[in-house]
Amino acid sequence: MSGVEGYMYPNEITLYWSILIVLYPYITGLVAGAFILASLERIFHVEAVKPTYRLALLTALSFLLVAPLPLQFHLGHPERSFEMYFTPHDTSAMAMFGYVYLWYLMAVLVFEIWLDYRRDIVLRSQRRKGMLRWIYKIMTLGSSNISVRSLHIDERVGWVVTLIGIPSAFLLHGYVGFIFGSVKANPWWSSPMMPVVFIFSAMVSGIACVMVLYMAVTRLRRKTIDMQCVDTIARYLFYTFIIDFSLEMLDLAHRVYEADESFRSLDFMVHTKLFFSQIVLQIYVGTLVPLLLLAITQVTKLPEIVRKRLYAIAGGLTLIGIFAMRWNVVIGGQLFSKSFLGYTTYKMALATREGLLMSIALTLLPLGILWVLVKLLPPWPEENGTKAAGMSI
Amino acid sequence: MRVFKDAGHLFRFAGLFLVAFLLFLLVRGRVVPKSFGEYGHYRGNAIRDIAALPVRFAGHQACATCHADVEEVKQKGKHAGVNCEACHGPLAKHTDDPGTLTPPKLDTAALCVRCHAASAARPRNFPQIAEDHFGGVACETCHQPHSPAVDAGGAQ
Amino acid sequence: MTISRRHLLIMLPAAAVAWKYVLAGTPESAPNYRKSEHWWSMLIDIPECIGCGNCVRACQAENDVPDGFFRTWVEMYHVSDENMVNPVVISPDGGKEGFPAVAKEDEGKYFFVPKLCNHCADSPCTQVCPVGATFITPDGVVLIDQTYCLGCAYCVQACPYGCRYIHPEKKVADKCTLCYHRITKGLTTACCESCPTGARQLADLKNPNDPIHEFLKTHSVQVLKPQLATGAKVFYNALDGSVR
Repeated sequence: MSGVEGYMYPNEITLYWSILIVLYPYITGLVAGAFILASLERIFHVEAVKPTYRLALLTALSFLLVAPLPLQFHLGHPERSFEMYFTPHDTSAMAMFGYVYLWYLMAVLVFEIWLDYRRDIVLRSQRRKGMLRWIYKIMTLGSSNISVRSLHIDERVGWVVTLIGIPSAFLLHGYVGFIFGSVKANPWWSSPMMPVVFIFSAMVSGIACVMVLYMAVTRLRRKTIDMQCVDTIARYLFYTFIIDFSLEMLDLAHRVYEADESFRSLDFMVHTKLFFSQIVLQIYVGTLVPLLLLAITQVTKLPEIVRKRLYAIAGGLTLIGIFAMRWNVVIGGQLFSKSFLGYTTYKMALATREGLLMSIALTLLPLGILWVLVKLLPPWPEENGTKAAGMSI
Repeated sequence: MRVFKDAGHLFRFAGLFLVAFLLFLLVRGRVVPKSFGEYGHYRGNAIRDIAALPVRFAGHQACATCHADVEEVKQKGKHAGVNCEACHGPLAKHTDDPGTLTPPKLDTAALCVRCHAASAARPRNFPQIAEDHFGGVACETCHQPHSPAVDAGGAQ
Repeated sequence: MTISRRHLLIMLPAAAVAWKYVLAGTPESAPNYRKSEHWWSMLIDIPECIGCGNCVRACQAENDVPDGFFRTWVEMYHVSDENMVNPVVISPDGGKEGFPAVAKEDEGKYFFVPKLCNHCADSPCTQVCPVGATFITPDGVVLIDQTYCLGCAYCVQACPYGCRYIHPEKKVADKCTLCYHRITKGLTTACCESCPTGARQLADLKNPNDPIHEFLKTHSVQVLKPQLATGAKVFYNALDGSVR
C-alpha cells in the first residue's frame, strides 16, 4: 500500500475517521461559541452585543441541527444509530452524545429561541395567511397568551435557560474534547487539556463566525453595521483567542519538554505530514495573524472602514485556523502508528459518502438553514414585522 | 391561579417533552433485543451466535481417529508436535464426510521451505536448509515428511 | 516449549463432552460448555516462532478475514546494537507468506513477534463502544456483536495494539475472536492448531491443571504495552524491550 513510511500495524494503514469527523467538532464548536456570545448579553449584560443576540441564537440552532449529520454519514450502519439512545453504554464518552445533544437542542436552544420569539410568533400567526399562518400557529403550541405578565414570565424563564445553557454549551463541546482526550492509546489525543482547549477554541470560532455573519448579513440588508457592537465582539474574540492560544501553547510546551516515548514520532509528523496544516495554517495563518490584526485594532485608533476590513479578515482567518486545528487533531491523530515506527497518508475521497463534496455540502447546509430561520423568525423584527403586517391588512 | 394561566404555554412545551419521553420508552421497549443485558451491557445471544459458527480446521484428534498409522509414524519423529492441518490445511469438510473431499497432494518443494529455508531471523537451533541444499531434488526423496530424519527413510 | 496441545485438550473440562460431536462433524451442537469455568488467554513463546506465517493463513481460512486486514499477524524485528529503541519492523502482508530470508552477515538481532487481540481484561475498546456492541464475555474473550455494531470506529481508535479494523464489506468492527466458536467446543484456535512449533498456546487461566501456570512461574513473561494497564491476556515469553 502506498503512502506508508516506516512500519504501521497492518490494520492501521486505512484511516477510519475522515474529514466528516473533522467537521463534527468544528460545527459543534461553532454552536457552543455562538451560544456563549448570545449569553454575553443576557447574563453578563454586555448591552453592546445586543444586535447579534438573536442572530447568534439562530446561528447556533442552524449549526446544531447539522452537527449530527457528519457522524451519521460516517457510520458504517447509520440505520443503527438509534441504539445510541436505547442502549447507551455508560462507560463510553460517545454514548452521551445523543443525550447531551438532545438536551442542548430542545431544553436549551429551541426553548430559549421559542421564549424569545413567542410574541412575534403569536402576532404572525394572527396576521399571516396560508401556509405560513399554519406554521406559526403550530409554533405557538396553541397558546396565544402574550399578556404583559406572560411575557414577563418568559423573560425570567429565558434568563434561567440561558444560565443553564452556558454550562450546557461547555458540556456539549467539552465532551467532544473528552472523546479525543480520553483515548489513552493515542498520545496525540490523550490529554486532560483536550476538553479545555476544545471549549476555548469553540468560543473563538463561534464568536468569529457570528461576527463575520453579522457584518455580512447587515451588508446584504444594506443597513449600517453597529460599530460599537462589532468592536465589542472583536474585543471578546481577542481575549478568548489569547486564552485559547496560551492553552494550546502550554500543551505544546509540555509535550516538547516532557518528550515521552511518543515524542520523536509526533515531532517528526508535525514537521512533515502536518507541517502545512499545523504550523502554517493553524498556528501562523489561523492564529498569529488574526491575533496580530485584532491586537492592532485594540491598541490603535483606526477609521471605521479599516476596522471593518481587519475584523472581516481576522474573523475569516480564525475560522480557517480553528478548522485546521480540528483537522490536525482528528486526522493527525491517525497518521502515525501506535507502534511509533511509521506514518500513513490520508487520501480524501471526492464524491463518496465521506468525501470532500459531502463535507462542503454539510458546511453550507447550516447557512441554508440559517437563511430559512431568518426568513421565518427575523432577528430584527422592528420594520420587517410592521411592513409584513401592513401588507397583510 | 393567574400565574398558572400566564405560564400555560410553558406547560404546553413541557407536555411536548413528556409525550416525546413516553414515546421513547414505548419504542425502546420494543426495539431493544430481548437478550440484551443477560450477561452485561450487550446482547447475550451474540455470544451464542458467535459460538455457533462452523469450524474449518477439524483439529488433530479428529485426524488421528482414522489415520492412527500416520499418527504413529509422526509421534516417533521430529514432527511429532506438528499438527496434521498445519501442512495439509483446514479439513473439517473431509472429517465431516471423508468421501466428499480428498485432501490434495502437497508440493513439498514449496511447503518445506516455508519453515526450513535458512534465515538468520529464525531461531538458531531450528533446522534450516541453505538454498543450494540438493537443489532440484524433491525433499521427500530423502525426508519422509511425517518423520523427516534422513535415517527414518524417504518416501517409500 | 514443553506443553503438548494434546495434554491441553484433554484437560479442558468441556472437551471430553464436546469431543464426540466434533468427531461426528457437528461440533456446533456440543453442549455443556460453562462460561464461568474459563478465563481464556494465550501464551506466545517468541524463541519458538519461526515466522512461517501458518497462523496468519489459518486464521484467514478459519474466519474469512478480508484481504489486507488481519486478526493475527506476524512482525519481524531487526534490532541493531547501536539503536535499541528504534527497531526496523516489517510485516509483509501480515507475514502471511513468510518473510524474506535474512543473510547471516547482517548485524544486530532478528526475531518474530506474532500479534493478535490481547483480549484485555480492562479493555479500552469495550470501554468506548457507545452501544454495547463489543464486550468481554464471562469467559474472558472480547467479542463483537456485528449485528449491533454501528461502525463508528471509536473502538479501532481506542485499541493500542492495532488489532481492530472496519470490515470493508460488512462495515462493522472486526477482530480476533480467539476462535470462540472453536474453544467453546473443546478445540484450540486455528492459529494454535496450525502452529508447527508450539509458539502459540491457547491457555485457560481458570483451569488449575493448565500448563500455563507452571510456565508463568518459571519464565520471564510480559504483555504488550503494560504501561497502558489494559489487562492484556496474551503473554509473551522472552519479549524484547524494543517490541511495541
